[in-house]
Amino acid sequence: MYSPVLLDHFTNPRNIGTLDNPDGYARVTSPGCGDQMELFLRVTDERISDIRYRAFGCAAAIASSSMASEMIKGRTLEEASRLTGEEVSEELGGLPEAKFHCAIMAASAINAALRDYCTKHPTVPFCTSF
Amino acid sequence: MSKPSTYLDHSATTATDPRVLEAMLPYFGERYGNPSSLYQAGATVRQALDEARRRIAEVLGARPKEIFFTSCGTESDNMAIRGAVWAQRDARNHIITSQVEHHAVSHTCKQLEEVFGCEVTYLPVDREGLVDPDAVGRAITERTALISIMYANNEVGTVEPINKIAKIARQHQIPFHTDAVQAPGLLPLNVDTLGVDLMAISGHKFYAPKGVGVLYVRTGTKLVPTQTGGGQERGMRAGTENTALIIGLARALELAESARPAEVLRLTALRDDLIQGVLNSIPDAVLTGSTTERLASHTSFLFNGVEGEGVVLKLDMAGIAASSGSACSSGDEGPSPVLAALGYTYPLSRGSLRLSLGRENTPEDVEHVLRELPPIIASLRALSPYYNSDGTVALSAPAW
Ligand code: FES
Repeated sequence: MYSPVLLDHFTNPRNIGTLDNPDGYARVTSPGCGDQMELFLRVTDERISDIRYRAFGCAAAIASSSMASEMIKGRTLEEASRLTGEEVSEELGGLPEAKFHCAIMAASAINAALRDYCTKHPTVPFCTSF
Repeated sequence: MSKPSTYLDHSATTATDPRVLEAMLPYFGERYGNPSSLYQAGATVRQALDEARRRIAEVLGARPKEIFFTSCGTESDNMAIRGAVWAQRDARNHIITSQVEHHAVSHTCKQLEEVFGCEVTYLPVDREGLVDPDAVGRAITERTALISIMYANNEVGTVEPINKIAKIARQHQIPFHTDAVQAPGLLPLNVDTLGVDLMAISGHKFYAPKGVGVLYVRTGTKLVPTQTGGGQERGMRAGTENTALIIGLARALELAESARPAEVLRLTALRDDLIQGVLNSIPDAVLTGSTTERLASHTSFLFNGVEGEGVVLKLDMAGIAASSGSACSSGDEGPSPVLAALGYTYPLSRGSLRLSLGRENTPEDVEHVLRELPPIIASLRALSPYYNSDGTVALSAPAW
């Protein structure tokens, strides 16, 4: 059911944990299953300089969080904001349809954490148009 | 897929016993005759089928003509419930069942409710998963056509007081059905002692192959056949008999029943070691179901802060096959209705694990679990926003 890449991210999740005083923070709930993910961003020069998260959900949710964190670490806010659930799923070798919402949860957590960052930093150029 | 070194999912299915396989083999080969045929090849198979029926009846304390062969436990439940309700369709249309039944029962009742306008009472259970027989009595009306309460629960292992419920049903002359799929080899099956009118069992739960089940129907219990056709099984279940598998089931049931007294003692000891070991080595572990009214083979737990699928996957990587009630197969499946009926809510109910023992398990298997499981739970809790390392709740969540 799961690809080796997914199982690897599930077994050894990257960037797991929390950040003190994050620049951006979000906690999102997946509407279908009720599972949760919380995400912590550190932003330096309009780039994601650090990212941490914790996830309560199925193996696909944990792997999606891990993969998404790898995909946006070091990226600009703009690039990070464009990450979609499809891309996360693709990088994980393709999620079964019933598990697609788990990748969406990871992408929407990033989006929500960027929103939180922008509420605190409305004058940052990225945030003026986000 | 390689064979797990420690198989602990016997409530899901079991491996076919080699002695059962041996009994079946001729019926895949030279004894291929159709038992309905008149010539010798058919007659030989007919005799073997009759003999299987007789042996099964003997284990159940029933008469051979009260034994009907089906394709699985689910079909037996369907045949019993739908058949009994349809048989009374003009007189009575109320069903009493519980909130912890297997889907084979609950979805059948749901359909009778939605498509056929029946009324269904889904009785609640207590924290241990037990149905209160008095509540069954109170739910009975003049319109009650059937009472269906399972013998033992697949998810939490609770053994229901079915003989008390059967007595109440008998007093009111209402047919009583039990889904006994988890029972063979673990609980007494005598239909008179139990007082049941209809009882479903499934071969692959007791070391027979998948694809064969039995429905016991007490003489005098009226059923409308749900599968019609060529009159096999005395018109109750049409379709050419699955000879080989039926013969396998008969052999497996005899073996399970004769091994039962010793096996129950052995499994109970293993089970209690496993339960104690898990509760002692994992903080905040919860045993679900009953400590006393429990299948000898069955353990089921909740671990707060983790989600069951991850636990099952990690156990699999460690060579242990187990299952979780929370398997989110459809993606939007809600929490387990059984755990909800016992009063366990989300998110605690997401962290369920079932380890069910069987014939080949040894104390080493219990040790294997006790070695692997605690670090798995700890590692998943470390990822969880619901659980801090000091055991406090990290995020606000519904109370557990
Ligand atoms: S996140 Fe809930 S099932 Fe995957």
